Amino acid sequence: MLSFLIQRIGVMLLTALCLTLIVFFLTNLEPNLEKLTKSEGNQRMTDAQVESWLQNNGYRQNLFKRYGEWLGVAPGWTRTDPETGNVTGRCIRNGVAAEEAPSYCGILQGEWGTSLVFKEPIGGVILKKLGLTGWLMLWVMIVMVPIALVIGVVAGMREGSKTDRTLSTFSIMSTSTPEYVSGVILIVVFASRLGGLQWFKGTSQSAMENITFENFTLPVAALALYGLGYIARMTRASMTEVMTEQYIRTARLKGLTFGAVVLKHALRNALIAPFTVIMLQIPYLLTGVVIIETLFNYKGFGWTLVAAVGNNDIELMMAASVVAVFVVLMTQLISDIGYVFLNPRISVN
Amino acid sequence: MERLTAFEIIGQILVQFTPVWIGLIVILALSITFKKRLSLYGKLFDSPIGIVGLVLVLFWVLTAIFADQIATFDALDQVSGMKNKKPGWPVRGLDGMHYLLGGDNLARDVFSRVVKGSQSVLIIAPAATIFAFMVGITLGLPAGYFGGKTDTILTFIANMVLAFPVILLFFLLVTPEIRSTGVPLVLSGVLFLFPIVFFVLLFYSKYSERPDKLYLYLGITLVIGFWAYSGLAFNSDPLGVFYMDPNLLNIFVSVVFVNSPTVFRIVRGITSDIGTRDYVAAAQTRGERPWYIMLWEILPNARGPLIVDFCLRIGYTTILLGTLGFFGLGVSPESADWGMTINEGRKLLSLYPHLALPPALALMSLVLGLNLLADGLREESLKD
Repeated sequence: MLSFLIQRIGVMLLTALCLTLIVFFLTNLEPNLEKLTKSEGNQRMTDAQVESWLQNNGYRQNLFKRYGEWLGVAPGWTRTDPETGNVTGRCIRNGVAAEEAPSYCGILQGEWGTSLVFKEPIGGVILKKLGLTGWLMLWVMIVMVPIALVIGVVAGMREGSKTDRTLSTFSIMSTSTPEYVSGVILIVVFASRLGGLQWFKGTSQSAMENITFENFTLPVAALALYGLGYIARMTRASMTEVMTEQYIRTARLKGLTFGAVVLKHALRNALIAPFTVIMLQIPYLLTGVVIIETLFNYKGFGWTLVAAVGNNDIELMMAASVVAVFVVLMTQLISDIGYVFLNPRISVN
Repeated sequence: MERLTAFEIIGQILVQFTPVWIGLIVILALSITFKKRLSLYGKLFDSPIGIVGLVLVLFWVLTAIFADQIATFDALDQVSGMKNKKPGWPVRGLDGMHYLLGGDNLARDVFSRVVKGSQSVLIIAPAATIFAFMVGITLGLPAGYFGGKTDTILTFIANMVLAFPVILLFFLLVTPEIRSTGVPLVLSGVLFLFPIVFFVLLFYSKYSERPDKLYLYLGITLVIGFWAYSGLAFNSDPLGVFYMDPNLLNIFVSVVFVNSPTVFRIVRGITSDIGTRDYVAAAQTRGERPWYIMLWEILPNARGPLIVDFCLRIGYTTILLGTLGFFGLGVSPESADWGMTINEGRKLLSLYPHLALPPALALMSLVLGLNLLADGLREESLKD
């Protein structure tokens, strides 16, 4: 088990390094740097001025060196102004003497940089926004997972029955309705004058301070609806497979009722596969979160990602990518480990 | 001039779709008549879910084909005084003409825009899926068949792309600025080579002993392949037949790039499974070469799951294209792209729901059709 874990974590770290390097390359392309320069300086800078600004601020070093600086494994650049003798550098903050500044300042040292959009240290921004998105994800999970499992189990326990057909069609419909479609439909039906109901609010801005049934139902419903169908279908497939096993027939033949067979014998084995699916669904939820937070104006992590890209906030984009990649890799790891624990037939040695 | 009632609007729309109804009836009648000879496609008509899916997909395919006849206005026509007007509103100056589903924020006809919008989706989504399959098959077959180092490296790369949050990748890849850096060109240069490699391998492995046929097929593949390649990837087709708008290329390449690793994983899994069958062992004993076995023994036997996944993947690609449009990264700013129309409409959603609702329902019904079709095909292919 231990060697399996170490190997998995090793591959995970390697993947994370490769991915962040690619994101670093893509966020630091020439047009982005030029835009950054002009927004830091002024819009009417000449090409020569842009070039010298980039030169003076360490953007003209080798890509790998800069990635190392960002990561915190290479010492930050320093530059002595030839005229004034002032020393500037990546790690030298305003008001700190050059001698006292640390030589390494990357994400490994906890230095995420400062956001251009929020004018705040990025670490704090990301934490706050993740907290908001955390609430959204939590409610989506609370709503989505039980409903999906129940639908899947009920559909799968009598394959081909009318209940099965109805529930399976519902699952397919839910997987065919991406968040931006269900969000629009839900708002029109439940929050607009045309729908006439106006039970809920079409925006979740107020949910950032205070989550209520009124302002949080629609985003949670839209997000849960898209993921629900997939998990339900996987549960159904797993359930139908279990129901054809010999031990289920044995249990039936020894006189147990159908309900007891399903609850005591089938359910436990049928829920192994959906666990993996639910974990792997989390990365897909990330795309949904970005869409839903934009649609409902809920300023969480997804909204921040859009804002960072829209405003060319390179440091914030990098930080958001690290978080996103980390989430994806962690869920993969947990699903692998969980699978081994839940399924006694799989042995890693 | 009066505004149309709900019944009149529905009636008018049904009349506008006449070419589609005729087409649907003809296709369905022919298919059911020759059902016995049509193998898997014919068997689809035994499954109610499959029929519903097929009808929905055919509906949109026919709509895309006859879009010019169905649409009542041009997708870009702006008529003054029609801004945000409700469904069924009469058009001033044109007797008997109405904006069937109302006017949008720029006074264009919502109905015509939804109809025209089907064209771009139904060209891009299947084309991108085909390219993703070419990449996935060409790399997945050897990875599954040989295993070993090739497999390890390719799987690592595929897993890496899969671990990349899709939305982030799109934000980084589909921006107008990125074109000047050449990243999409490199990607398209690599990804668009795969179809050529695939067909060269396909013909070479089969006809390497028969030079007459080999040279003919290889010649055709290489000439057409590189002709299209030069036009699509680098926009340097000497005859100007193959051309792709740089923005479209950007989107296309990103969508192919995102889809390929999943196809790769599926093909790899099926190949390593089929690779242990007796007929593969028989071919190996006959002394067939690896690529012949992969392309002419394993691939045809893997077609069932691949066709099902192909349908599902077109639906997924449609959703992806909609997502791109939703973030304003659509094909072109004024195109009638569904995702972009939803994005424009969502800002006025509580006041004018008729702007965003029709494209949203259109996109949903197409994806639903593809998913039902895939489900029907899966069910019927399992019965064999």
